[in-house]
Amino acid sequence: MSAATIESTAITYREAVREAIRDALKRDPRVFLMGEDVGRYGGCYAVTKGLYDEFGPERIRDAPLSESGFTGAGIGAALGGMRPIVEIMTVNFSLLALDQIVNNAATLRHMSGGQLSVPLVIRMATGAGKQLAAQHSHSLENWYAAIPGIKVVAPATLEDARGMLWSALEDPDPVVIFEHVMLYNRGGPLAADAGPVPLAGAAVRRPGTDISLITYGGSLFKTLDAATALAGEGIQAEVIDLRSLRPLDDATLMASVAKTHRALIVDEGWRTGSLAGEISAHIMEQAFWDLDAPVGRVCTAEVPIPYPKHLEDAALPQVPTIVAAARALLGRE
Amino acid sequence: MSTTMTKDEIQAAALEELTNVAPDLADEAIPPDADLREVFDLDSMDFLNWFTALHRRLGVDIPELDYPKLRSLDDVAAYLVARLQGH
Amino acid sequence: MMTTLYRMPSLGADMEAGTLIEWVLQPAQPFAKGDVIAVVETQKGAIEVEVFHDGVMGRQLIEVGRTVPVGTPMAELETLVVTPPSQETLVQPAVQPMAQTALQPKVEPPSLAVSGSKMIESVLPQAPPPEAPSPGVPLPTEAHPLFPPPASVTPPSAEVITPRAPVRPRASPVARRLAQQHGVSLAGLPGSGPGGAIQLVDVQSAVEALARGAGLSPGTCTGSLTQPPAGQPVTPSLLDVKSGQDLALAVTPTLFQAATPTPAPAPAPAPARAQPPAPVPTLTPAGRRPAHPGLDLAAMRQAIAAAMAHSKREIPHYYLSQDIDLTPASDWLARRNAELPPERRLLMGVLFIKAVALTLKGFPELNGFDREGRFVPSAAIHVGCATAIRGGGLVAPAIHDTDQLDLDSLMARLRDLVARVRGGGLRASELADPTITVSSLGERGVDRLYGIIYPPQVAIVGFGMPRPAPWILEGWVVPRQVVSATLAADHRHSDGHRGALFLAQVGQRLKEPERL
Repeated sequence: MSAATIESTAITYREAVREAIRDALKRDPRVFLMGEDVGRYGGCYAVTKGLYDEFGPERIRDAPLSESGFTGAGIGAALGGMRPIVEIMTVNFSLLALDQIVNNAATLRHMSGGQLSVPLVIRMATGAGKQLAAQHSHSLENWYAAIPGIKVVAPATLEDARGMLWSALEDPDPVVIFEHVMLYNRGGPLAADAGPVPLAGAAVRRPGTDISLITYGGSLFKTLDAATALAGEGIQAEVIDLRSLRPLDDATLMASVAKTHRALIVDEGWRTGSLAGEISAHIMEQAFWDLDAPVGRVCTAEVPIPYPKHLEDAALPQVPTIVAAARALLGRE
Repeated sequence: MSTTMTKDEIQAAALEELTNVAPDLADEAIPPDADLREVFDLDSMDFLNWFTALHRRLGVDIPELDYPKLRSLDDVAAYLVARLQGH
Repeated sequence: MMTTLYRMPSLGADMEAGTLIEWVLQPAQPFAKGDVIAVVETQKGAIEVEVFHDGVMGRQLIEVGRTVPVGTPMAELETLVVTPPSQETLVQPAVQPMAQTALQPKVEPPSLAVSGSKMIESVLPQAPPPEAPSPGVPLPTEAHPLFPPPASVTPPSAEVITPRAPVRPRASPVARRLAQQHGVSLAGLPGSGPGGAIQLVDVQSAVEALARGAGLSPGTCTGSLTQPPAGQPVTPSLLDVKSGQDLALAVTPTLFQAATPTPAPAPAPAPARAQPPAPVPTLTPAGRRPAHPGLDLAAMRQAIAAAMAHSKREIPHYYLSQDIDLTPASDWLARRNAELPPERRLLMGVLFIKAVALTLKGFPELNGFDREGRFVPSAAIHVGCATAIRGGGLVAPAIHDTDQLDLDSLMARLRDLVARVRGGGLRASELADPTITVSSLGERGVDRLYGIIYPPQVAIVGFGMPRPAPWILEGWVVPRQVVSATLAADHRHSDGHRGALFLAQVGQRLKEPERL
């Protein structure tokens, strides 16, 4: 391989996550994966397909349908020196483990005066778009992003899906990784030597000068499409992928707003109490005097995510709604 | 100077010099009987510059005392014709 | 009957507080419009303050000897008859919750009786800056039976007066920041944003308009918008567009022009404009909009608006007027011009400018710049000559070292300037540094004009239309050619007494035109 050409392979987001798990299992014998149907079945989103055969039942462990139970077991294992990866099917189901995550995983370092670490990684699917209805489709990332003591990341690109897991495992504190269900089938080239990436820091996915479109996870590609559409109208939108939802990379956000003077946050969560609202507050606090327009938000309609396709689509942020909101902020309705 | 100029030529010359000293009026339709002061906002400097240019071009020195009666293109053209033919 | 608050008046921009020396009116005492209510000690001495309407003195809220900030409620006044408010101040009581009205009750601006002043001098109560809401002096809660509950108020119409809250322009934060950096007033600036909000681009246009008016390319200007030249402090001056220098643009006479309707031909469509900033309609004498090479009149209008609003808001002007017997000068000029071909003739305006320039040598406090409230005198005298642009707008390019030029040179320079105002080609340096402005209305217009100082200058001299007028000469009333000269100057940096001496000396010089 010459220095100039780095080989890349076509790969899906699902495969990139699987590669990340496989890589972690190989790197560190303390790593194991635990969750519902992750073993013989291969995971409800088929992320872990083949890993059971490759690594065996000790390291790819099927858990009973008890989120609180196996998440608590993961916390115990982490306290005991292991590096567990706990997979929870969807963020909706993670509410059953909320007590373990919020009251135990997030607090033990502080309550033990720094004596205990919980190096636990929890992966979970989030988001709507697959007609899985209200109990499987919500975006509650911001609930976790509100909890001190844990880190929350949302890989949107193949590189991040491939690279964030190992960095999360290396972190001495609990890290929650959100994988948007609509990303699993997204494919693209990934460098053969793709490896760990830092958890912190937002990424400018498209530079622009007229408006900052701030988003993360499953909304990134809709937002990039919206930016392309806006460019056709002469509006140069800058697209920022948050990557980390806790902590937020204020420096990158404020630098962008200082340049564009306008911010629109695209967030699949509900507007009320949303991460978009929190980011908006950060911008108000830190970049108020740079703003040329009120901070805008495109969020999901405040309804339980509907089952019918047309209603599900209507409830979620979509390219036209993002474009329209951006235009409005620029006074070009 | 040429006594062979017709009244029309003199009027054209006057208009040309006017738009030279007031190029911002070049695109305007200036009715020959319009009061240049009132309608086109010519000020004393504009008039002086205009009469200076006419003096140079036609050799007619318009004394200050005559300024008040020269209010339109027609006035100026008639005045110039009279002065030119009077010589 | 309604109650209003009488507040410590502002007797000038420099006044922050006043001391109550005496209550002239006692509670329950009726008063009439114009009566003195109290005596207040300020930096200008003891001043009698008056009321603006009839009523009855209510509760006194501060005691004699107290020093309170401007705006502090001093007394409650019971008003018998409420002056009918102008329409825009009417608000349905239903939408005016008590709490809101009580916070900022309408207060009649107190008028001032300034005793002992020998000058004809106006000291106007300082209005709050339009885009800064007044800090809202907290009101003792027991002190607002001012606005009785809606039930006891006579119906929706005339009686309920909302506080005339200062109209705060809708402007984005970054637009405000840039406006502040450049001293551009947001009031009156057209906004291109949603709902007419003033956005960054609108302020940029206003700032760039100065540069465009100066014949600079917008590009030259944009660079300095966000980045002032190294080492140049961003001073709150409209004029720091280029190299921290000052671009003279506009003063008053356009107002006079605009106010003079004249028979006009059918209005022609305005020339197409490539630049989008919302065009402000400019009145022209004939309702036309002639072409002006290199000038964007709409943008210039905005710049004038910004500069003049800034000036009126920030600069405590005082105004003086002096009638001058112009007969010697006009006779001298007529004799001189009669002997000369048109190209060597002088205009009266040249004599005015020269007289001002020569006189300024003895009045350094009128020749220079206000820099953040501090006066910086100018050694050189560069008189800015306000020149109206047909179609509206005005520039006041400088004639450098005016005092050094003889009349012929001065005339040549003025001709040249006017030619370039008409035809384009003004140079930035000419617009950059006038140290004072002279505005002369020439032979059309009005008897006198009161100028608005073009910041950061500190004075503007106006000459009205020379006119024949009765004049007393050696005990006889005789017809003479008379011109009214006026001075508007910045009271932070000079006083009326000196201003009066200045005008008198200008008049003296015009009586000896051959020495100019």
